Amino acid sequence: MSGDPIYTEMIIEYSRNPSNYGKIEDAHIKRHDSNPLCGDSIDLYLNIDDKKISDVKFDGKGCAICMACSSVLTEMIKGKSLEDVKKFEKDELLSELGLEHLIKTSPVRIKCALLSLKALKFGIYSYFADKMNDIESAGNLKEEAANLY
Amino acid sequence: MIKIQANTYSLEEIRSHFPVLNRRVRDDKRLVYLDNAATTQKPNQVIDAITDYYQNHNSNIHRAVHALAEESTEAFEATRDKIAKFLNIQNREEIIFVRGTTEAINLVAYSWGRDNVQKGDIVVTTEYEHHSNIVPWQVLTQETGAELKYINIDDNGELMLEQLDEYLATGKVKLVAISHVSNVLGTITDIHNVIKKCKNVGVKVLVDGAQAVPHMKVDIDNLDCDFYAFSAHKMLGPTGVGILWARKDILENMKPFQGGGDMIREVHKYETTWNDLPYKFEAGTPNVADVICFAAAIDYLAKIGMDNVRNHEIELTKYALEKMSKVKGLTIYGPKDPQKASGVISFNFNDVHPHDVATIIDKNGVAIRSGHHCAQVLMEKLNVAATNRASFYIYTTKEEVDTLIDSLEQVAKVFKL
Repeated sequence: MSGDPIYTEMIIEYSRNPSNYGKIEDAHIKRHDSNPLCGDSIDLYLNIDDKKISDVKFDGKGCAICMACSSVLTEMIKGKSLEDVKKFEKDELLSELGLEHLIKTSPVRIKCALLSLKALKFGIYSYFADKMNDIESAGNLKEEAANLY
Repeated sequence: MIKIQANTYSLEEIRSHFPVLNRRVRDDKRLVYLDNAATTQKPNQVIDAITDYYQNHNSNIHRAVHALAEESTEAFEATRDKIAKFLNIQNREEIIFVRGTTEAINLVAYSWGRDNVQKGDIVVTTEYEHHSNIVPWQVLTQETGAELKYINIDDNGELMLEQLDEYLATGKVKLVAISHVSNVLGTITDIHNVIKKCKNVGVKVLVDGAQAVPHMKVDIDNLDCDFYAFSAHKMLGPTGVGILWARKDILENMKPFQGGGDMIREVHKYETTWNDLPYKFEAGTPNVADVICFAAAIDYLAKIGMDNVRNHEIELTKYALEKMSKVKGLTIYGPKDPQKASGVISFNFNDVHPHDVATIIDKNGVAIRSGHHCAQVLMEKLNVAATNRASFYIYTTKEEVDTLIDSLEQVAKVFKL
């Protein structure tokens, strides 16, 4: 195969052994999302303590790209403050796995890559609105999530 | 493979009629198009017919008296006659042009369903339906308070028809909406048996023939169902043309689906009388160009002969199933007997997600479908998120099947299987 690689060692490895895979019982935030066209379907669980992501897990079914990106995303945000997570951008996630090219080369597969990020942004949007009464941040997050892909 | 007969085409000739099959894709790989259950490619005969129509005849139909309007109207209606002949339909006015199979089924659900299905009634469908033959019935039954029941499938991907007997025995069933051929498993429904069971107790049957008419001889008169729906684009024709066939006596008693031009006889300020069949159900300017060039697709298939189309697919499916059953880690869903299925093979490769399989073999030029195939109810039944689906047609070769199977090695390599 030539061109921009998708199936790197790292992606295959994460898809075989995803990080932070599982459920958090009674999680503070639980968000489900799916890509209707390809059948990726995940649940993201978050616990928030002291305005930080104290724990995060995900489970569900998805392709290698979806599994790898969900794994890396959970690794990247664990322990981060909500303020940092609010500003977290898709390029940070994609570059971590060398998948920036997907934005241009594969409008279909970019959805697999960003599904968990979409779930994250939607998930904390409701937290900002309901628990922190930060309507402006919530509005921005919601808009960002809706326009992610 | 298709037998070379004096009055038909050889496989090589057939392939030469489809310009897109010469395409090179991705890294200059020869296109191996195995997504025919989604849509088929179009031969020059159909492409030329579209060009000819727009270059020489383009006009609206059924009203104006000028030369082009007459030519277009005549050609449009000629397609209706051609369909009648192709499917052995006795009354041409029972053939209604719509946008596709989905619209045909929705037309029945709205126009017939809302007047004939009430609270307490049952509508029966099956686990292997396309969403287009599930969702309209969900909407209808939820709206009316009727109940939606499913005929389940067994481990071979065949319907458990004894469940139909149980449903029919309640005396509450108003309609059975069922696929002639499953779009995911390729299973051919024992449709004569289903229709006979329903006729015996006066229950109406709608057949989704989207995956049947392109692949085998279908005789509507002999089938004796009540509604039959299919699409042109899955049988060499253009997109945007679907056909609903329904019995005249049923259509006459149905209210129109949409109001507008062409479906009226007289319009007054507060009342309208409907046009005759089939126009009562064809409101607005139809897809004139594509209906007209659909005739070229029917001519093409008629020239090959539907028995030859079917035999070609049986041989390819047999070949593919034999070879695929030897591939380690390959799970095939649906009937393993090519006589019981059309040229559709759904599979999973080890635990690799179908989207990853499809992306990797696409680099080799192989086009298959991966996903839930608009059949999530079936995916739940099979307990998978998605499958890969390779589907064949008249131009598919054994070499292309080989390329598909060889490409799976690439997947194994990438995923270190």
